[in-house]
Amino acid sequence: MSVARGSWVEIESIVLQPAERAPGLPEDTARTPYVLRLSGFLEEVAEIGQEVAVKSLIGRTHRGVLRLVNPGYDHSFGATVPELLHIGLREG
Amino acid sequence: MRDTSYAAVLSRKNEIMKASLGIDFDTYVSSPVAFDYERMMADTGYSLDDIVRIQSGTKVGGTPLFELNRLTEAVRAFAEPGKGARIFVKDEAANASGSFKARRASISAYEAKKRGYAGLVAATSGNYGAGVASQAAMRDLKCIILQEVFDSRGVGQPEILEKSRACEAYGAEVQRLSVGPELFYVLLRTLEETGFFNASLYTPFGIRGVETLGVEIARQVRERCGRDPDAVVVTHAGGGNLTGTARGLLAEGCTSTRIVACSVDLAGLHMASDADFNRKSFTTGHTGFGVPFATWPDRVDVPRNAARSLRYMDEYQLVSQGEVFYVTELMTKLEGLERGPAGNTSLTAAVTLARQMDRDQVVVVQETEYTGAGKHHNRQLSFARENGIEVRVGDPAENVPGKTIVLPERLEQVRGRVQEMDRLRMSYLKNAAKQHPVEKWTDGDVAFLAADLKKEPAWVRQAVPALT
Repeated sequence: MSVARGSWVEIESIVLQPAERAPGLPEDTARTPYVLRLSGFLEEVAEIGQEVAVKSLIGRTHRGVLRLVNPGYDHSFGATVPELLHIGLREG
Repeated sequence: MRDTSYAAVLSRKNEIMKASLGIDFDTYVSSPVAFDYERMMADTGYSLDDIVRIQSGTKVGGTPLFELNRLTEAVRAFAEPGKGARIFVKDEAANASGSFKARRASISAYEAKKRGYAGLVAATSGNYGAGVASQAAMRDLKCIILQEVFDSRGVGQPEILEKSRACEAYGAEVQRLSVGPELFYVLLRTLEETGFFNASLYTPFGIRGVETLGVEIARQVRERCGRDPDAVVVTHAGGGNLTGTARGLLAEGCTSTRIVACSVDLAGLHMASDADFNRKSFTTGHTGFGVPFATWPDRVDVPRNAARSLRYMDEYQLVSQGEVFYVTELMTKLEGLERGPAGNTSLTAAVTLARQMDRDQVVVVQETEYTGAGKHHNRQLSFARENGIEVRVGDPAENVPGKTIVLPERLEQVRGRVQEMDRLRMSYLKNAAKQHPVEKWTDGDVAFLAADLKKEPAWVRQAVPALT
């Protein structure tokens, strides 16, 4: 499915490959690439997974792999933790 | 084309800093460990009155001071007779962007505009990003916020996801990065590419902006209680909140007010570890920042740090994650005030302090922050569970960072614990000795180090034999 020019999208790019990363990292971090995700307006018609350019909210151009269309925020208040509900109640 | 490899960009650090801040740190530096701190702070050129005027122009400052009557009563119910100080909280969530960090961002934004920069850059995963983005919006400046957001599975810390949202809401370009200290590398590259102003947390502009918080606390407590605050508790990470607040209190003549730092104890978790990243239920205000920044402030993104916490700190309390979540919920229910984790960390220490202090004394929690989706303590606890952390009710002494969060059963189980100040000071001196061998320390170096530790030069001299 092609994504229209001007769509609000998220791209991903590798900033540093594992071998290029800072010295002295813990081993678990050192074996992963250093990755950037950024949202912007798509500069050309493209498919998910293609290398594209986007313009950020302040008008700067960034390049990366097209990952999501209309990325939103789905962070929440989470599943209720019942242990919290008892705190501060005048019980009885 | 410039070399943009990690090593090449880091090697251009000093020139990038000079261009992006307009501060030549070399003019203050007298040795690898000493510099003229007060002259650097004064050279911002702003008086406290100037700062108040600038901040009131962008919806910063003048926040309310609330007395927490029911929480104070709850402490007095188990405190020894005559004990149970009055607990007050400074509702910093009332600043534009919802935290005290607006104070810290405000002067940088003003300075950047005045000097003709087109925009601001800050590397921060916390409230500071929203503070910078909000101030930049009001000053019609472009803004770029660089954040450490997600681990190698692509899972974001819910609190930081909320910060990404807030920064984009204020119109900033948000660069969301995976776990690693290379955020600093991205900062340098971005400053070089854009020529924007470096709105670092640790410049004199940032710290001087916080001084008004201390001034307001002094004036409000005097007016309400007819005395100076006996203790002011500050959630401590990088040290700027403590430094700025203490400087403001001193500027108002509160010389006997006890300055108490408080951090969440996350001992054992590595701050640069991909696997540990989402095993922390606090993204700041914890020992992973608080201890290293106290014991060596100049590890930051500017050559000399204006935030120097041991220069002003009298005491350092540690609290557990479970204790903070308990007190957060209790404040919501008793005081009708739903606020985020940063201020509630110091509120947790205030409970312990109030219990030890006399009834007529005053302890001030010097900030609140907003809460909401992602930041809320319920989300942090449910996220902990999703990441395999045990959450239960019991004795908070059984908290194990990254493994078990224990919510206390009763308020009197909230005890915190004190860090040994002289051990922190010795650790600072050991770090100083790594920068500059002890045998080369001049009288000027010793005088600086003593002032940086709130001690006399004789104390530093007697400590020297233990450093080698």
